Amino acid sequence: MTPGIPFNVPFLAVAALIGIAFYIIITKRNLIKLVMGLSILASGVNLFLITLGYRKGGVAPIYTHTPAGIMVLPVPQALTLTSIVIAVACLALMLSMLVHIYRHTGNIDSEKSRIMKG
Amino acid sequence: MRKIAIAASLGVFIAFLIAAAFLIHPFGYPPSQMDDYIIKNTQSETGANNAVTAVVFDYRGFDTLGEATILFTAVTGVVMLFRRKKREK
Amino acid sequence: MSKIVRTMASLLILFVLIYGLYIIMHGHLTPGGGFQGGAVFASGVALLIVAFGSDNIHKSLKEHHLSVLESSGALIFIGLAFGGLATVFFYNFLVGSSIFGHIPPYGPNPGDIWTAGVIPFMNIAVGLKVLAGLSVILLVMALATTTTEVEE
Repeated sequence: MTPGIPFNVPFLAVAALIGIAFYIIITKRNLIKLVMGLSILASGVNLFLITLGYRKGGVAPIYTHTPAGIMVLPVPQALTLTSIVIAVACLALMLSMLVHIYRHTGNIDSEKSRIMKG
Repeated sequence: MRKIAIAASLGVFIAFLIAAAFLIHPFGYPPSQMDDYIIKNTQSETGANNAVTAVVFDYRGFDTLGEATILFTAVTGVVMLFRRKKREK
Repeated sequence: MSKIVRTMASLLILFVLIYGLYIIMHGHLTPGGGFQGGAVFASGVALLIVAFGSDNIHKSLKEHHLSVLESSGALIFIGLAFGGLATVFFYNFLVGSSIFGHIPPYGPNPGDIWTAGVIPFMNIAVGLKVLAGLSVILLVMALATTTTEVEE
């Protein structure tokens, strides 16, 4: 297929989300901001999965009272469902571990809450 | 020195991301052979009107089993992390 | 919370729970299914926790009851997967038979609820698992921040 003319706006949005998420993860030190950066990364990947399967002028792939037209691809939507549930599970575990780190060391700075006994 | 290395690698990574957003297939015309078969044969093989539910539970049911296992493991981990010590009376 | 919030929450909780169960049951006809309906149901439980406080909710909704619900959902899912083992694992063995076995004609049609074989039972099983799991996570995290703990 011909390479994309600059009207691939959804793909540019995905690139922006993933770029911002990587910048947050690498340069921020507060642990809560790190968890937020991981959540933005998960949202960017889910958006990428859905926009891979769009057909121009398409309708939802459901046959109950559907209007006329070609249908978009159903498989990327199924994979995105699984990915959203897995992101929720990971977020719950990360926040619980954050509460425990705060209780044991007293602050949520990733440079100061290292406990290494030499 | 360290900041220059981090900024350079981050810049190269984001440049590759934006280049990939331009070189991918044009938005609206994806390659789709497996999905054409699924859309045409959903109602006769599975009997469901909803193609997404048929893909999640029938054509790819094994992935849903793995996802249910992940949800169960996450709930077990959270409950274990918030246990309270019982007082001995 | 104030009296207005508590009154409106106890009025609205009924509609939220019925909406969640409707999304679970009609998963094979309209957009939705097990995961989406379970998330809506758990958001109703979150409304109750915010309005009434987690200590009052913990008096009647304990974690070991919810864990029984979640385990039974997982066992029903695996039992249905083993039911079609005569052909392959996860085979849809109820299409064409008497329970939930109608086959819709090709093309747009008004939906018939007695279709889709083993998929409505799988929707119910996954819906039970998701609503119990998310409710347990919400309840445990809300309890841990209000009550005082034994510090070690």
